[in-house]
Amino acid sequence: MKGSSAMKYIDEFRDGKLARGLARAIAAEADPARSYRLMEFCGGHTHAIFRYGVQDLMPENLKFVHGPGCPVCVLPMARIDQAIAMAVEHGVTLCTYGDLMRVPASERRSLLKAKAEGADIRMIYSTQDALAIARADSGRQVVLFAIGFETTTPPTAVALKVARAEGLANFSVFCNHVLTPPALATILASAGPESDAKPTPGQVELDGILGPSHVSTIIGSRPYEFVPEQFGKPVVIAGFEPLDVMQSALMLVRQINQGRCTVENQYTRAVTRDGNAKARALMAEVFAPRETFEWRGLGFLPGSALRLADTYADFDAELRFPVAPGEGREIKGCECPSVLRGVMEPTDCKLFGTVCTPDNPMGACMVSSEGACAAYWSYGRFRQSGRPAAAGVSA
Amino acid sequence: MAGAEAGSGRHRYTGRLDLARGAVDMSHGSGGRAMAQLIDELFRAHLDNALLAQGDDQARFQPPPGRLAISTDGHVISPLFFPGGDIGSLAVHGTINDVAMCGARPLYLAAGFILEEGLPLADLARIVESMARACNASGVPVVTGDTKVVERGKGDGCFITTTGLGVIPDGIEISGSRAVPGDAILLSGTIGDHGVAIMSKRENLGFETEIASDTAALHDLVAAMLDAVPDIHCLRDPTRGGLATTLNELAQQSGAGMQIQEAVIPVRAEVSAACELLGLDPVYVANEGKLVAICPGEHAQRLLAAMRAHPQGHDAAIIGQVVADPHRFVQMETSFGGSRIVDWLAGEQLPRIC
Amino acid sequence: MCLAIPARILEIEPDGDTATVSLGGVRKPVSLALVGDAAVGDYVLVHVGYALNTISPDEAERTLALMQEAGELDPAEFGAEPSEVQP
Repeated sequence: MKGSSAMKYIDEFRDGKLARGLARAIAAEADPARSYRLMEFCGGHTHAIFRYGVQDLMPENLKFVHGPGCPVCVLPMARIDQAIAMAVEHGVTLCTYGDLMRVPASERRSLLKAKAEGADIRMIYSTQDALAIARADSGRQVVLFAIGFETTTPPTAVALKVARAEGLANFSVFCNHVLTPPALATILASAGPESDAKPTPGQVELDGILGPSHVSTIIGSRPYEFVPEQFGKPVVIAGFEPLDVMQSALMLVRQINQGRCTVENQYTRAVTRDGNAKARALMAEVFAPRETFEWRGLGFLPGSALRLADTYADFDAELRFPVAPGEGREIKGCECPSVLRGVMEPTDCKLFGTVCTPDNPMGACMVSSEGACAAYWSYGRFRQSGRPAAAGVSA
Repeated sequence: MAGAEAGSGRHRYTGRLDLARGAVDMSHGSGGRAMAQLIDELFRAHLDNALLAQGDDQARFQPPPGRLAISTDGHVISPLFFPGGDIGSLAVHGTINDVAMCGARPLYLAAGFILEEGLPLADLARIVESMARACNASGVPVVTGDTKVVERGKGDGCFITTTGLGVIPDGIEISGSRAVPGDAILLSGTIGDHGVAIMSKRENLGFETEIASDTAALHDLVAAMLDAVPDIHCLRDPTRGGLATTLNELAQQSGAGMQIQEAVIPVRAEVSAACELLGLDPVYVANEGKLVAICPGEHAQRLLAAMRAHPQGHDAAIIGQVVADPHRFVQMETSFGGSRIVDWLAGEQLPRIC
Repeated sequence: MCLAIPARILEIEPDGDTATVSLGGVRKPVSLALVGDAAVGDYVLVHVGYALNTISPDEAERTLALMQEAGELDPAEFGAEPSEVQP
């Protein structure tokens, strides 16, 4: 927008002129005899692609497939039920990130609705806010509803260490942190055959992966090496801005054309092979792997999530505030699980746009700002209806 | 202070209001002497004008010739005071603008106050003084009002409802349903300032910025615009829900679509930055001193020039045009070169982590 | 994944744990608990109130240069043959 020219490392990576150049390069190099199906694993990429209209700049035979890298979308309803129960039955002050407030839980409840009914549910921007609330009133039990992949996990680790150091006995964490490599492995294991054969139902065709930006700043590029090795698909770790997404798409097209299959890093300004050792050390100290954890749409995945380490069990909200596990029944007809795995497009779901809209969401994919359904509805549904005769826009 | 002594039948009070240390209490709403004193020494003193000085439960006046326009708005903003304004100036400007958006010249305001027990009188005085300044600057007086007090905990300090009355010049037909394909869409200035200024005061978002609310009365700008182009089809001020919501409303009412260009929409650098930090989109952030105008394409340049010549419109821009579209989509060509729709706001825009 | 925004460190508190960063003139406090040796003037990625990593100005420039280059390559050089150009 006019006037907004003061954001370094952001504006340069949204430059329209460079975009057109990259679009030309991709169009020139994409082989018209084949298709390129590139999974953008990360919900932030889904959002960027839709918000900037990146798909418009791609050739017809290059499609982005949306993946499950949206921690809000993959959180089972049962876990939200549990959080609501902690607030309602135990009267805790539940601190949550804004993204979760409107996600539908069982029986059409949500954190926002529970708050309206009187539960003490507070929106926070940072784990530091939750600590501040706990410090301000030692008589109040404060529970941090912790979600997120490896980007958002270190901030929870820091909060726990601070809580221990300060003896904040009224602070605890309801841990729902999940890990990227196991989810990626699950998607790839169910990926379909090479483009010529028809995939069986439930399989998604993939030719390459755009790796998450900020998860990778923490874990580095090394953990993705299993993808080319075990599954024969190339990976390019892609930065967050639309030009990064385009350049990464170009790098994948080149790998695919040249028959190469490795992990490449496009986001070199923030990602290294080894990642952030300090952050990982903190995570290792405070968390332990769960044997298994349920993911919406992907089922139970072994070794895919974290719980508090035994040394931090006293800060575990699940132990401190036991509640009956929620049922987490999906709404009939909701296809979030299939959309999350890239097997279905939002428009394939019968509820999309009819019953399910951002104002009346049936599932997380429509609520989360980076859910594929929300992105598609908010930014892209005009494509489905056929765009009106393009009259040139005068400026 | 003028109100307390002038006129017959005015009460004399045994002490002045303790504006420095006093607070609103239930007696101020009870209809008795305490309330009369509050009205005299605070409201009438600052909002003073001939009609208000009639001192009755209503203001009486001869209506000017022409069609009348009336609009009302409840103001519940929190915090009460924010960079660039407060609930008082907001209430005055907001209702003046609602009246002005049909091309009417605002004449009078009515103001109802709901005060929470415990509100410091110093704060109330500040609010009323601010309203008075806004009224004087815009030439639109508050001619009648009401005060009620609710118990502590039942109100957010102060709620103000303002109702405005205006007269529409002959030959002016402005309505949200009048946009037709080929019309130009203009915006009077930068978007997102008000919303960001308010959010910067919310503690748990924890950011500091120099951005101030853009709250302003726009009736003078509207008059200048109508002078230049009488055949303006639509006018609306993009308040809650931002530019996106207003454009969608107009598209819906007019049964047409819109195509706009992101690259020409004016946004201050700091507003952009604050929105980036919170994961918000400036097109959805509230404004209190901006308007959207839709006029026939052939008049667009003339209208733009008139807007830019006015202090309230110096950043004005033509941001797009109205097109035929049975779906009534608002489409935007992104600065990046792609295309997306600008949809209605779903629920409230909440800061996101992802 | 996850919204992380590059911002410049304006000042660092004496305890070394908190910094004030600026993005386009907007100032915000962030925790430095996750970064090793950030200095005033460095750009860091900010996510939920924490700095995740410092941004390498050299790599940023290199990336932009590569993007520029990609857009300048003559389309006539490319056909169905594999490219010789390294990414």
